[in-house]
Amino acid sequence: MLSLRNLSKRFGGVVAVDGVTLDVAAGEVHALIGPNGAGKTTLIGQISGMVGCDAGTIIFQDADITRAKPHERVRAGLARSYQITSIFRRFSVLDNLALAVQARSGSSFSFWKPVAAERALFDEARAIAEEINLGAKLGFQASTLAHGEQRALEVGLALATRPKLVLLDEPMAGMGPEESNRMIALIGRIRAQVAVLLVEHDMDAVFRLADRISVMVNGRLIATDRPEKIRLNPEVRKAYLGDELAA
Amino acid sequence: MSKVLKVAFPLGIVIVFPLVMHAMDQQFYISFATRILIYAMAAASLNLVLGYGGMVSFGHAAFFGAGAYIVGILAFEGVTSLWISWPMAIAVAALAALVIGAISLRTRGVYFIMITLAFAQMMYYVFVSLKAYGGDDGLSLSSRSTGLGVSLSNDFAWYYLVLVLLGIVLFLLHRLLHSRFGRVIEAIRENETRATAVGYPVYRYKLLCFVISGAIAGLAGALIANQTSYVGPALLHWVQSGTLMIMVILGGVGRFWGGPVGAGVLLALEELFSGSALLGSYSLHWQLPVGIILLAVVMFAPQGIAGAFAKKPQ
Repeated sequence: MLSLRNLSKRFGGVVAVDGVTLDVAAGEVHALIGPNGAGKTTLIGQISGMVGCDAGTIIFQDADITRAKPHERVRAGLARSYQITSIFRRFSVLDNLALAVQARSGSSFSFWKPVAAERALFDEARAIAEEINLGAKLGFQASTLAHGEQRALEVGLALATRPKLVLLDEPMAGMGPEESNRMIALIGRIRAQVAVLLVEHDMDAVFRLADRISVMVNGRLIATDRPEKIRLNPEVRKAYLGDELAA
Repeated sequence: MSKVLKVAFPLGIVIVFPLVMHAMDQQFYISFATRILIYAMAAASLNLVLGYGGMVSFGHAAFFGAGAYIVGILAFEGVTSLWISWPMAIAVAALAALVIGAISLRTRGVYFIMITLAFAQMMYYVFVSLKAYGGDDGLSLSSRSTGLGVSLSNDFAWYYLVLVLLGIVLFLLHRLLHSRFGRVIEAIRENETRATAVGYPVYRYKLLCFVISGAIAGLAGALIANQTSYVGPALLHWVQSGTLMIMVILGGVGRFWGGPVGAGVLLALEELFSGSALLGSYSLHWQLPVGIILLAVVMFAPQGIAGAFAKKPQ
């Protein structure tokens, strides 16, 4: 579904992403792990089109999207969530989701018809709110939600664009165990409809969800394999997993 | 019921105001009120980009002044029909907004403020040096625009025409702000990165918003040229941009009635303190009391006057 070939990005003298080749298959939850500063978020930025590519190609559903604009990629079915919550803070939960639904249903260069009259938009937004367990908070301003709820909305905004592949950048960041479990359950539910590229530090979540895991260190992928193989890979243990798995 | 009253009451006031003033033999205030209506339109156009679109344009006088000058120049060349000169004013202002916006909107924050200011000042100096059309001295119009069958030199007719146009503009703005486009514009103000990430080509939306705003400012400019029967470079000066911005801040940034309320209050304060009735010879220093009131509003009603009266959001 998604193929990265020799993708690179340097910022001045720092090589953030160094010749990454990675495939995400349809229906797969593919986890991307690695220590802080490994270049995971830069890579997500490149795939979503927010960060340029110095070298390499990005193929999504057989089309070369290396140079496509971010909104064109969303239209093609590629959505992302952010590590640092990025929502429309002064909009209600319902309006947040309706706005994302609106982005891929018809043109928004429409100046006369009240958007409030578009039932379909809000019906779908409500359905997504139910999906992310925010059905009871529709009228709440997004900024008033608890951290875990904002994280859920963050993921909901990506899902509302009806992606074929969703890039989740540390969806569990800053969450307590209970909130994390809810997020894991959510990703478990959506995997039936959408492929997931999951960047996450919560190893419990990664090993419970991932079909395959790629490990990134210093801008390079050092391994891509099934979770049980990754667990045993000596190079990976040395670079990253060591302490946590030894315990 | 109260909702109907809230609309009907102010509407009634603006409709009967000239009649009352006429009965009291205070013709001056009809003209003064017309001026407020025109600035209300200009401020509302700025509020569209500043308050709703989050684009802090410090050069809105460029579009206001361009609209005014088009009417002035066409009248100077013998074209006085409003059916020609006003649409031209709108079109030229929109075109100016397209060009200035296309370049300025590639920047953000302080850079955007500075670049819009720089463009407006460039236009100001162009008109200062345009000797054929009065240069520094500007142009006097021999009469107001023609083409409606009634003489617009009649202050009654002129007031009601401006009122109707302001009503139409505000109605269109209201529709726009509640449409799909309006939601996207506000979303971009809230979080541009996120708006991009859910699939909106934000630059196009911002540019179109900027052009619509410029077009409305151009119409207001066409009206102000008629109001004073004079156009001069001062209309494009940065002080003019600043005045419009103060009106929006005073009235309420991103509040629907912010522009009109701010225009009304600021012009009324200026009138009140610059006349000798209240302050006598101290009225020379009218800026001081106006400034103090501005400070008070910004400190105690950061949402502006319109914001202070609106019900709190959930």
